[in-house]
Amino acid sequence: MASIEVRKETCVGCGACVPACPFGAISMKDDLAVISDECTLCGACESSCSFGAIIIRTGESGEIEMDQYSGIMVLAEQRDGMVDHSTLELLGEAGRLAEVDGSKISVVLLTEEAGDWPDKLIGYGADTVYLAEDPQLKHFRTEPFSRITERLIIEQKPAVVLAAATTTGRDLMPRISKNLNTGLTADCTELAIDPANGGLLQTRPAFGGNILATIVCSDTRPQMATVRPRVMKANEPDDARKGKIEKIELSPEDLASRTEVLEFKPLDEGEIDITEAEVIVSGGRGLKAPENFALLEELADLLDGSIGASRAAIDAGWIPYPHQVGQTGKTVQPKTYIACGISGAVQHRVGMQSSDRIFAVNKDESAPIFEFCDEGFVGDLFEIIPLVIKEIKRRRK
Amino acid sequence: MRIVVAVKQVPDTAEVRIDEERGTLIREGVPSILNPFDEYALEEAMKWRDELGGTVTVITMGPPQAEAVLREAISMGADEAILLSDRAFAGADTWATSHTLAKAVEKLGDIDIVMTGKQAIDGDTAQTGPSIAASLDWPQVTFVGKVLEIDENSIISERYVEGGCEIIKSSLPVVITVLKDANTPRLPSLRGKMKARKIEIPVWGIEDLKLPENEVGLDGSPTRVVKITTPETFSDGEIHHGEPEELARLMVDSLLGKEGR
Ligand SMILES: Cc1cc2nc3c(=O)[nH]c(=O)nc-3n(C[C@H](O)[C@H](O)[C@H](O)COP(=O)(O)OP(=O)(O)OC[C@H]3O[C@@H](n4cnc5c(N)ncnc54)[C@H](O)[C@@H]3O)c2cc1C
Ligand SMILES: Nc1ncnc2c1ncn2[C@@H]1O[C@H](COP(=O)(O)O)[C@@H](O)[C@H]1O
Repeated sequence: MASIEVRKETCVGCGACVPACPFGAISMKDDLAVISDECTLCGACESSCSFGAIIIRTGESGEIEMDQYSGIMVLAEQRDGMVDHSTLELLGEAGRLAEVDGSKISVVLLTEEAGDWPDKLIGYGADTVYLAEDPQLKHFRTEPFSRITERLIIEQKPAVVLAAATTTGRDLMPRISKNLNTGLTADCTELAIDPANGGLLQTRPAFGGNILATIVCSDTRPQMATVRPRVMKANEPDDARKGKIEKIELSPEDLASRTEVLEFKPLDEGEIDITEAEVIVSGGRGLKAPENFALLEELADLLDGSIGASRAAIDAGWIPYPHQVGQTGKTVQPKTYIACGISGAVQHRVGMQSSDRIFAVNKDESAPIFEFCDEGFVGDLFEIIPLVIKEIKRRRK
Repeated sequence: MRIVVAVKQVPDTAEVRIDEERGTLIREGVPSILNPFDEYALEEAMKWRDELGGTVTVITMGPPQAEAVLREAISMGADEAILLSDRAFAGADTWATSHTLAKAVEKLGDIDIVMTGKQAIDGDTAQTGPSIAASLDWPQVTFVGKVLEIDENSIISERYVEGGCEIIKSSLPVVITVLKDANTPRLPSLRGKMKARKIEIPVWGIEDLKLPENEVGLDGSPTRVVKITTPETFSDGEIHHGEPEELARLMVDSLLGKEGR
């Protein structure tokens, strides 16, 4: 059984571990760190101790042949034959990781009909495209997709497997990692290769964005991660790039599934997916009443944008849940995010902080949103926003 | 219908504050709550139990004090509860957590549906549900906004994905992960509260689940946290004060570019 121990001989009582513990489980007693039952063995203190006085012991783990595993495998995501932008971002990031150790990059494309996508994926950075085409692969379905991918991973032994942290990636990857008895890190915003051992350092926000945790998967392979869309950058495509296309042979059993997609209902017009918007005008409790969203809609229309909202506005019933931005809503990364009457609580912030430009209108100068916006406007939104609308109309005349 | 709902006790992340000087979390006085998403999973399970008959069993894996969220679930209307607690479970990542929860589902036997919340607000991984499905070798339907229909052999639900919603049919047994749109969770009832006070909650450890030590807790976890930092606050933004007209003009300058349209 795993355990944690403070080595009395080595602990100098400096107390550096006390604040490092995210669970408040360490206190100092007689100049010695004492660890309480609150401890979850997360390991944060171990790395904070400069004296090597905190040791987490784990039991034996079955050794696997690490050096048989190499390369980075990206699981492509497609809808109606179109490969999602997040896949291109992953190829870009895989390329940057591969610069460190010259890893080969492969991409797995399961689709009804690939068209010229395999060549395009090579242009975006893949060395090998593993391709399966079948009408039954038109829609993502967990079981065939996981079964086919698992077999490929077992055959090809990639050191790293990446997928986008979309509803597809977050459905598929946990199933694969559980079946292959390896680790998976969710929704990473930063990846790097550890110079010490070549392992993948996977960094992600947790605790509602209050902390960033760096996670490793040191004893099993592959190292798997889902990566937040719109954080990594895609490469410029290079048509001259060379690569291989390898067909995956499928049997009818591969395609068997206990789930079936009966119907796909696209969002209604006007009910557009805010994660795709380039401009978002967002309202919070400061909007005071549901009808005031009309003001934001007018501004959003002028800027070809969509409407977002804080949870306070959703909970008040002013606007439906699909508009919620934040920890329990959507993560957005528009070019322009205009927060109106939103305080900027951390749960809201984690959903919009990667926007290219953040504007904030708030009458309270000490609202937290002013600590991380690009341009803040201190004043009453009911005065400022109508004037902004008027001014835009005037200049466009 | 026998439904298991996996629930988790989490710190209320809204109450977590940052110690700016040390760049760490202040956990003191932060209340522990039932993971908000799990309330929707629980409500969805109870709704269908009320309609079709059967039982709702809540399970959690956690330290002894995690029992509190089981009692809360009972007060809201769950029928029975089981606490999975053992020193050996400490430090579990989603692999080991789902492995342990799946073993408990197997031990309960004859379960039709396992429901989980979409994600837990501390770890924010959303991985436990699909991993339970993998452990049990059951199908899974994730990100479910609403369960539309359940009969003897199948379940039809709405799964929310980018750009739309899939109507998915699955055979039973199945694992479902539930979003917040699903329903409005009911409040604890007086009867529920009384039951919650009295009910005996069995505690299962590694021996009860016949799990080897290297498949649970930290030893059974392929991932490890090696570093925790607090996100940097970038405060290089420009804050404008002044008359509304002036502010509106400045904002439009930036929005459209000085000469822009
Ligand atoms: C588990 C959990 C998950 C959560 N998930 C989310 C999430 O996904 N998304 C989310 O947004 N929140 C989430 N929250 C809630 C979050 O903590 C905040 O409560 C919420 O974001 C606050 O919304 P608000 O900024 O609109 O309201 P408030 O904090 O009340 O802020 C309103 C602001 O409007 C300003 N204002 C008022 N009138 C005017 C005016 N006339 N002109 C200009 N400014 C004005 C005020 O000064 C104030 O700053 C979550 C909380 C928890 C516990
Ligand atoms: N320790 C646990 N005990 C019971 N259920 C859990 C536990 N951890 C996670 N879950 C369930 O899995 C869901 C997703 O959690 P997570 O994968 O941690 O984001 C939660 O909403 C719970 O329903």
